[in-house]
Amino acid sequence: MSPRRELSRLRRLLSTAAVSLAIVSMSAAGQAPKSQPSAGAAPKSTPPTKGWTAARTPWGDPDLQGVWNDATSTPLQRPTGVASKDTLDDEEAAGFEKQLAYDLTRDRRDGGNAVDVNRAYNEHWMDARRLKITPDRRTSLIVDPPDGRIPALVAPTPERQRARNTRAAANRRFNAGMPDSHLDMSLPVRCIIRTDSPPYLPTIYNNDFQIFQAPGYVVIAPEMIHSARIVPLDGRPHLPKGFRQWLGDTRGRWEGTTLVLETTNFRTDEGVLFQNANPATFKITERLTRVGPSDLTYEFTVEDPTTWTRPWTARIPWTKIDPAEQMYEYACHEDNYDFVHFLTGARIREKKGEVVK
Amino acid sequence: MHNRLTTAVIALGTAAATSVFWLAMTPTAGQGTSQSQAGAGAAYRPVRMADGHPNLNGIWQALVTANWDLQDHEAQPGPHPEIMGAYGAGPAGQSIVDGGEIPYQPWALAKKKENLERRMVTDVSNDLKWHDVGDPELKCYMPGVPRATYMPFPFQIVQGSGPALLFAYEFTSSTRIVRMNSKAEAPSDAWMGWSRGRWEGDTLVVDVTGQRQETWFDRAGDFHSDGLHVIERYTPMSAYHLAYEATIEDTKVYTRPWKISFPLYRRMEKSVQLLEFKCVPFTEDMLYGRFRKNGGAE
Repeated sequence: MSPRRELSRLRRLLSTAAVSLAIVSMSAAGQAPKSQPSAGAAPKSTPPTKGWTAARTPWGDPDLQGVWNDATSTPLQRPTGVASKDTLDDEEAAGFEKQLAYDLTRDRRDGGNAVDVNRAYNEHWMDARRLKITPDRRTSLIVDPPDGRIPALVAPTPERQRARNTRAAANRRFNAGMPDSHLDMSLPVRCIIRTDSPPYLPTIYNNDFQIFQAPGYVVIAPEMIHSARIVPLDGRPHLPKGFRQWLGDTRGRWEGTTLVLETTNFRTDEGVLFQNANPATFKITERLTRVGPSDLTYEFTVEDPTTWTRPWTARIPWTKIDPAEQMYEYACHEDNYDFVHFLTGARIREKKGEVVK
Repeated sequence: MHNRLTTAVIALGTAAATSVFWLAMTPTAGQGTSQSQAGAGAAYRPVRMADGHPNLNGIWQALVTANWDLQDHEAQPGPHPEIMGAYGAGPAGQSIVDGGEIPYQPWALAKKKENLERRMVTDVSNDLKWHDVGDPELKCYMPGVPRATYMPFPFQIVQGSGPALLFAYEFTSSTRIVRMNSKAEAPSDAWMGWSRGRWEGDTLVVDVTGQRQETWFDRAGDFHSDGLHVIERYTPMSAYHLAYEATIEDTKVYTRPWKISFPLYRRMEKSVQLLEFKCVPFTEDMLYGRFRKNGGAE
């Protein structure tokens, strides 16, 4: 099978309005769990490994350097089937994990030959770490609100509703294979941003993040697209409010051994910010805490009073990967052949008189 | 056709200009040294990391105009002066190539000229010919090495205590990891190549292989093949500048290895940071506009 076809499948997936939900529902397992916590309620935060003290860089910062992976099958939002539980016991966890793996299109035969071939095809690209739920056996990555669900939405202004409708119409044209132009494609399909914009959520593949540190800086380089987030730690103010970037503008500080990153100043243009948030009021705070030689806890809180009725928080375990594994360059725009295929295909179908319903 | 006399004069002029420059910038260096010797032999004692190696952390930028042309070039109008006026025009600049001229094999010199003529022709309608024409910079493709170093954008060196450094470039937010003392070969070709670093005294030497053959060196069509091998040298000359040089080998394209050199300057503005230059959206109308509905595309 050609990589291009796979890419088009991925891009189609990434292009839906519910980007993060789609990604997470397709997402995958962490590395083989190392230290299974004992049964019980979800810990408020991941406890540090016993007998381990956080290493420091020579200049005194907690040392987070290395390549980390955040794949897990645990969904962002708690599924209704486990609505009453934030963590599962051993038996429940096994069933939950199996069901998630099944939903991730592993080895199943329903849906006919074409569907089956597509699944097998996708399977090739799936991150091998995706089949496990989080080691603490949570039922959702969201830890707050306690129901594990994204809070209720604030009614959008007419202007934002119009923008959403415009975007939804573009997505419909794209999903129907009839994009009017490149602007009907989503930001990931256009190779403008993929998983490099916070929050970092598990996805089909390329769940790796390399953290670099230097005196006064932390840098997170996600694998899926080549942009790095370079975070100054010197307490400087954010860029002025009107100075917007696709990845926002991040400032960092240490709170004990936790790296706290605050990001604002996002732009979206015609695209979609995380969960349809409002770039003017969206703020994300990420907390990275190393809790063991090979374990790091990544927690993010998003707030946007014009989008959600309250802030919400998710927690994702990151696992240090084998140094023999490595980061690869993720080129996207440079060979975005399918981008043209989508457009030329649409023009051909147009000539045949096809229209988007 | 090529004018040998002109070439010789240019080469002489360039060599004289650069050596004067280097002597001026490195007053304590030995007399009559070549550029590289001047770089390596400078008496400046750089600030060091805990491991004893020079601290190269910072935001750096070249001030040469080599992105327009590595070799001597006069000021030039932009591609559409009728609408762009002086906005699109290119500055004049002196060659950063040791000896002035890139030692192309004859076929390759012809190819470079063809590249220049067709640098703004783009055609992405055929996958197999996708990369045949047009300057990759025009299309917002990752620039490769060494071009990333002298584009008119800053880049940041992130040097910590791990086994790798990160070089982050503002242009199209490209990055490359420099793996220190690595013996591993490039696992595949990449737009920014496969970089392995080592220290030679106070000089960071970066060996770059595995570069995609499609990158160019400048807007003048200077190019290489898949056999490109670049050896870069970063030498601190003061708290505020690095000497940069790159030796370029590619037996398929040149008659011998050749070298470029220029200084990199530390960006000193208060609170300076790398900003985003995600240029893909700036290229979409050019690359994909013809495939728009009612855009005249087949």
